[in-house]
Amino acid sequence: MIRNIDFKICFSVIFLLTIFVGLFQSWGLALSILNLCLISGIMSMGVNIQWGFAGLINFGVMGFLAIGGLATVLVSVPPVYEAWAAGGVGILISGLFLAFIIFTIFFINKKLKKYKYKSYLVFFIIIISIPLLKFISGPSISKIESINAATSGFLGGANLPIIFSWFVGAILSAMVAFVVGKVCLGLRSDYLAISTLLVSGIIITIVKHEEWLSRGVKNVIGLKRPVPYEVDLQKSELFIKIIEFINFSKLSKNFDPEVNANLLNQLVISSSGVFVKFCFTIIFLSIVLIILYLSEKALNSPWGRMMRAIRDNEEAAKAMGKNVVKQHLFIFMLGSAIIGFAGAMLVTYDGLFTPSSYQPLRYTFLIWVMVLLGGTGNNYGAILGGFVVWFIWIQSAPFASVVINFTTNHLDDTSLIKEHLFNSVPYFRYLMMGCGLLLVMRYRPEGLLPEKVIKN
Amino acid sequence: MYFSANNLTGGYGGVNIIEDCSFKVNLGEIVSILGPNGAGKSTAMKAMLGILSLNSGDVLLNGQDITKIKTQDRIKLGISFVPQIKNIFTELSVKENLEMGAFLFDENIDNKIDEMFTLFPILKEKRNQIAGELSGGQRQQVAIARALMTNPKVLMLDEPTAGVSPVIMEELFQHILNIKKQNIAVLMVEQNARQALEISDRGYILVTGKNAYEGKGDYLLKDKEIRKAFLGG
Amino acid sequence: MDFLNSIILLTNFIIVPGITYGSQLALGAIGVTLIYGVLRFANFAYGDLMAFGTMIVILVTWYLQSKGISFGLLPTALIALPVGILFTIAVSLFFDKTVFEYYREKKSNPVTFIVVSLGIMFVLNAVVRIIIGPNDINFMDGHKFIMKAREFKQLTGLNEGLAIKSTQVITLITTIITCALLFYFLNKTKTGKSMRAYSDNEDLALLSGIDPKRIVLLTWVIVSILATVAGTLYGLDKSFKPFTYFNNLLPIFAATIVGGIGNPLGAFYGGFLIAFSEIALTYAYKKFFKYLMPESLEPSTLIQFISTDYKFAISFAILIIVLIFRPNGIFKGKVI
Repeated sequence: MIRNIDFKICFSVIFLLTIFVGLFQSWGLALSILNLCLISGIMSMGVNIQWGFAGLINFGVMGFLAIGGLATVLVSVPPVYEAWAAGGVGILISGLFLAFIIFTIFFINKKLKKYKYKSYLVFFIIIISIPLLKFISGPSISKIESINAATSGFLGGANLPIIFSWFVGAILSAMVAFVVGKVCLGLRSDYLAISTLLVSGIIITIVKHEEWLSRGVKNVIGLKRPVPYEVDLQKSELFIKIIEFINFSKLSKNFDPEVNANLLNQLVISSSGVFVKFCFTIIFLSIVLIILYLSEKALNSPWGRMMRAIRDNEEAAKAMGKNVVKQHLFIFMLGSAIIGFAGAMLVTYDGLFTPSSYQPLRYTFLIWVMVLLGGTGNNYGAILGGFVVWFIWIQSAPFASVVINFTTNHLDDTSLIKEHLFNSVPYFRYLMMGCGLLLVMRYRPEGLLPEKVIKN
Repeated sequence: MYFSANNLTGGYGGVNIIEDCSFKVNLGEIVSILGPNGAGKSTAMKAMLGILSLNSGDVLLNGQDITKIKTQDRIKLGISFVPQIKNIFTELSVKENLEMGAFLFDENIDNKIDEMFTLFPILKEKRNQIAGELSGGQRQQVAIARALMTNPKVLMLDEPTAGVSPVIMEELFQHILNIKKQNIAVLMVEQNARQALEISDRGYILVTGKNAYEGKGDYLLKDKEIRKAFLGG
Repeated sequence: MDFLNSIILLTNFIIVPGITYGSQLALGAIGVTLIYGVLRFANFAYGDLMAFGTMIVILVTWYLQSKGISFGLLPTALIALPVGILFTIAVSLFFDKTVFEYYREKKSNPVTFIVVSLGIMFVLNAVVRIIIGPNDINFMDGHKFIMKAREFKQLTGLNEGLAIKSTQVITLITTIITCALLFYFLNKTKTGKSMRAYSDNEDLALLSGIDPKRIVLLTWVIVSILATVAGTLYGLDKSFKPFTYFNNLLPIFAATIVGGIGNPLGAFYGGFLIAFSEIALTYAYKKFFKYLMPESLEPSTLIQFISTDYKFAISFAILIIVLIFRPNGIFKGKVI
């Protein structure tokens, strides 16, 4: 695998760009870009599994990312015992009721296949169950939300290490993907795109408005971390010793001990930030490599070949006795699980869960740009796409400022046009993404690293 | 000859499906192109229309070389075509189908539509019905009428009787004979070889993309060898 | 009296807003369905095209206002509308020439079209935000109310008021005029019929001498008109915010599919169906039943089927129901 040319291209670009930013801007920035790039790489691998390997359009990426984010809250936050005491039973009963409804619907679908009015029956059950569900859960929800509304007002989580939440996020995503897939996967491609986009809108609404579950727009801050905190590092003797050792030459230039102590203190503060990010980088990088390894293995297995066969000619695959529907559902769940995993990682890295920040442009379509730009059907392409797109996304604001400065040089500093343009610097990244996507689609539709055709 | 295609060679993706085929048709004449499945009958017709690009050969219309002219412009010159499938606008009414046939002509087309209604009386009755709701035979009539709306001198039909019952087939052939009377050159590809030859002045039999036999309709019908090979005894 | 009150209540909170919102969705959905019927892809950039057209209208409105020009009782935006339409047509044709034409000639698959429409969505999104910013803008001027709730109460002596905003009437009238013109064009004129013919059977349209380039051009012109009108009406009635316009794309898509893809009349009905379902299912009927029921049976809850936040869920549910029961839409698709 290491001999793979794509692997070399992919990781040398990542390595060089990171070094470049580190040298010319700052190491903290370089690592934070790198970390988000790695997370983006995982997201785009998830989409790539669905789109590149199976040809399924999933415009619901944002929804699965949010489910992963929700998982971090549910797993790592300490439980709010008062809230559980007040409304826990009601919520549990409603949860059971919901599970019962879903189970009944699937039961009807499976056992009563022949029944003429099956669909009407399902429709009727859903119509009845929504008000019922509201009726059962309503009182408990208002009780929970009224407890310490300013600081909690929700059930809290299981108080487990946050790493668990990544897996829980993956599992939850896969479960939601199962339900969505059962309903939508039979649709033709453009309907599937629209339906999944709608589903992600619904998921975001749930996360935003079910405050008892996620605190909604009130956000959850101060999430746990799988790595040390800066404050602890700054107090740690060992860490200070190491920093002193690394910067020995810099420190030895000064003879005044007070200046030296100040300098050391500053170095410790800035290094602690970099160190924390570096710890994240190591974790993220290993996860990227693990998923990449598994994905490559799967892709080159008989199963991977079958998936590509289904993608390239569904009818022929059907005729050869492959269960296309089942495989599509499986791969939809798998891809969504990876996206959910990445969603949990993202929230963990940010340290806070803000449901209102999920917007389709940033969390669905940008990921799609990553996949399309990187190379549909190629895992290395997906990672590279994730990296390059995120890199441009972050660096386009400074870049746009420079360009605006240059083009409006002749204008007065108080010029309204200049001021207006500088205010809209953040939006130039959309422009760059759009133009980039259009150019790639036109002149290199196979992406930066095209899919390798494996000949038997 | 009013319309002639000489030594046509062409196909898809570098493979020649028809080789050195020639067809001729005069005004007021019905000519059938017959042959077994996969002989290249429809391909030959597409070649004459310019839908398929030729490797060699030429197409002449009234002495003018039209080999290089685009399909759309051939229609303006008086060649009209009825495809085998998807040959009507299913969502438009019968009358609208006819109007679309005469899209290129700005003059008053009501006379022309009335003419079609006399030629195909059933269409007058169904003129406001959505064409997709008509029966197979009626749809075929709409298709032919639409093609006639362009005032063609040459009418090309790709299997006009595919998938209709024998009774309807008789009726359609009767209509085609009426079209012939209007001094139009009719060129058709047919599966129902015997019935087609009965109304044809001349016929061509294609085998694996080449002209195998040609001749007057009744001559081909009487020839023992041809009857055995192509007309089922 | 209570019965009358309950009727007025429903009219005020469901019927009037439903008609307004339905008109806006209907205009949008007809645009999407025309693109679908003629150009054969789902245009994800449509919401942002609406935003772009509305933005131009707002800019022109501001300009007119700064010159002291107004339209009397009517909003100034109506004078600015034609300019907005012209700019939107220009932008549509620009993107068609530079982007879509290439893929049309290559006969690319629908998914490729969706992807490039995403690219255009990004670009338009950026352009709108760079020029006018991401914030809420209210550009409604002129006379606000035709009937105020209080006036209605005084007039009729009922407990319930009926408020009719002038934007609601403007929306309805503009929609009626636009749709009447459009359906006249599609069903009665030769060019309109040729557009339907092209949408129905492209190959046969070519054999009939219909010029595809002209049809495509015409489609973009009509679609741009519809997008700008729908966007401006929505902005006048509520307010202009680029992100809302993107989100409106979802109910518009739902209305398009419900009505049968490529079928403008279906899209028209689909728009109203989605709008009325959304409003009727998120309305709290407590007060309504209060009027009709004896006091002892008065409901204790809001009697709201689903909270307003979940309006996407309604579009989605209708979409899925239609796709399961009638995959070609309620109104049997493809008739542009």
